[in-house]
Amino acid sequence: MSDYQPVLLANIHREDSHKLAVYEAAGGYRALRKTLREKSPQEVVGIVRASGLRGRGGAAFPTGLKWSFLPEGHPGPIYFCVNADESEPGTFCNRVQMEHDPHQVLEGTILSCYATRASTAYIYLRYEYPLAYRRLQDAIAECYEAGYLGKNILGSDFSLDIHIHRGAGAYICGEETGLIESIEGKRAWPRIKPPFPAVEGLFRKPTVVNNVETLTCVVHILDRGVEWFQSLGVPPDPDNPRDAGSYGPKLYGLSGHVNRPGVYELPLGVRCGELIEEYGGGVWKGRRAKAVVPGGVSTGLMSQSELDTPLDFAGPVSVGCLGLGTAGVVVLDETYPIIDFLYNSCRFFAHESCGQCTPCREGTRWALRILERIKGGRGRLGDLDLLAEIGEGIGIIPGTTICGLADGAAWPIKTALRKFRDELEDYIRRTNPTGYMATGPAEAVDVAEVA
Amino acid sequence: MSTTRRGLSERLVEEIEGLLPRYPTRRAALLPALHLVQEELGRVPHEAVVGLAELLGLKPAEVEDTLTFYGFFRQDEPLGRVRVWVCRSLSCSCRGGEELLEYLGQKLGIRPGQTTPDGRVTLEVAECLGACDYAPAMLADGTLHKNLTKGKIDAFVESIRQDASSGGLPGA
Repeated sequence: MSDYQPVLLANIHREDSHKLAVYEAAGGYRALRKTLREKSPQEVVGIVRASGLRGRGGAAFPTGLKWSFLPEGHPGPIYFCVNADESEPGTFCNRVQMEHDPHQVLEGTILSCYATRASTAYIYLRYEYPLAYRRLQDAIAECYEAGYLGKNILGSDFSLDIHIHRGAGAYICGEETGLIESIEGKRAWPRIKPPFPAVEGLFRKPTVVNNVETLTCVVHILDRGVEWFQSLGVPPDPDNPRDAGSYGPKLYGLSGHVNRPGVYELPLGVRCGELIEEYGGGVWKGRRAKAVVPGGVSTGLMSQSELDTPLDFAGPVSVGCLGLGTAGVVVLDETYPIIDFLYNSCRFFAHESCGQCTPCREGTRWALRILERIKGGRGRLGDLDLLAEIGEGIGIIPGTTICGLADGAAWPIKTALRKFRDELEDYIRRTNPTGYMATGPAEAVDVAEVA
Repeated sequence: MSTTRRGLSERLVEEIEGLLPRYPTRRAALLPALHLVQEELGRVPHEAVVGLAELLGLKPAEVEDTLTFYGFFRQDEPLGRVRVWVCRSLSCSCRGGEELLEYLGQKLGIRPGQTTPDGRVTLEVAECLGACDYAPAMLADGTLHKNLTKGKIDAFVESIRQDASSGGLPGA
């Protein structure tokens, strides 16, 4: 894979890569010109569907299929939302794209709005990305000036406005219906589905929500074709009719205990160990990896013995993780205590649970309290069973919550318990030598302020 | 700036009205409006809640419902002139972010969530800043501080002190 030439990141090292002139000089907006001239919206949906592109934001839902759920012949308006609320711990690729190549994001958005006949797009941008905000604002202004946005884009009968809508520090806004509620000016409580946003979304109109990186893939599928896209990545498993394949380039955000953290673009399916060794320069301080998060904290842990796993949409699932998630790969070295990973993860989800569904609101806090007890030297072996029970009980998969936040909270617990139980038991025995076997009600422990 | 009876300055009302054409409902302008209010006042006081409700055709309770959901907004105690977020999520934490948070808190003499008595700095913990490639990271107003160390924190605190003594607005 070392001879792979980046496509999504091809522009980012150029001087002033965020400016329109630089983007255009590198072939930017060529796909938009060609598509508006030669293709109908329906044809664009067909091309994206045929490419097998799957969403890069975490759920890996086929993008063209999502678009095809929009009602035919709807009088409009149809809304388009760019999910730029990148908040999953360990995830930062969208930030790099928006800061260094905002026009690529906008070209993908304009093309996708053309395909879905959307007339207004909102970029839901997390507040914590001030540079991305400034860059996108400037890029949008350049687009209006150049005729890529506004009325009758490039002389066609297609018109589009794009607005940036800034978040306010809530992870749940990355869930697509939470995002919609947030744009509507409400608390970001995810909606019960169906109806799905394609049928009834923002302002009760048909709506598509797509991730930033997904949209940038659309640009290159239209520019280079389906064949090019499918020449990269991993085709569907012929023995698994439910596998939709893992085609195309992917941005991997590598962080944690590696020598060279950063964004690396590779065809889907690079092996985790290869990513860490060949691109990340190996584990820092000459150490070995103990565990690796494959795609944001929600996806759980892979152990050192699983590093051969390909980072495509099927790989992490095959070793018990939730999925490829956001491909935010976090490396934890051999000295890092798994109890600290669990504590950090449970603290995050307890803080970010929106509070709508009881199993998530209470479960994430119970898990945090148990971990505080263990870290406070009063853990019991039975606590691990309690944690397991919470992990099995909360989320869409056990059917107890509206959205997937709780599944994301559960997977770190489940994978840590399954793969690192010995270490966790040792920790409890070592830190609570007189009480680790205790059963019955636990004594009250002062818990740190959670919220 | 003089405030109108709505608890919002004329400029704020103008800016918020400027947002309305972006959305088909007035309520959709609430989140950006809350940002504008907090930017100007350092918090969103009750009078502003009433003013926003009047301006956007909502009940004050509806504004409050949205306002209190998002961790970003302050109601009672105003923010310091510089708001500092230190990331404590996994990628930063595993590279020493939480120790640096503690260190910064000690230097400023405050705990996360608090503002220095002179109103210069508000210290906050952040859940993933999305800057894991530069962990440990800190966001101070519009500036990302990358690959944080104790030395960089020392320099940052020093720069705030100097700005304060020269009367400048740090981070502006």
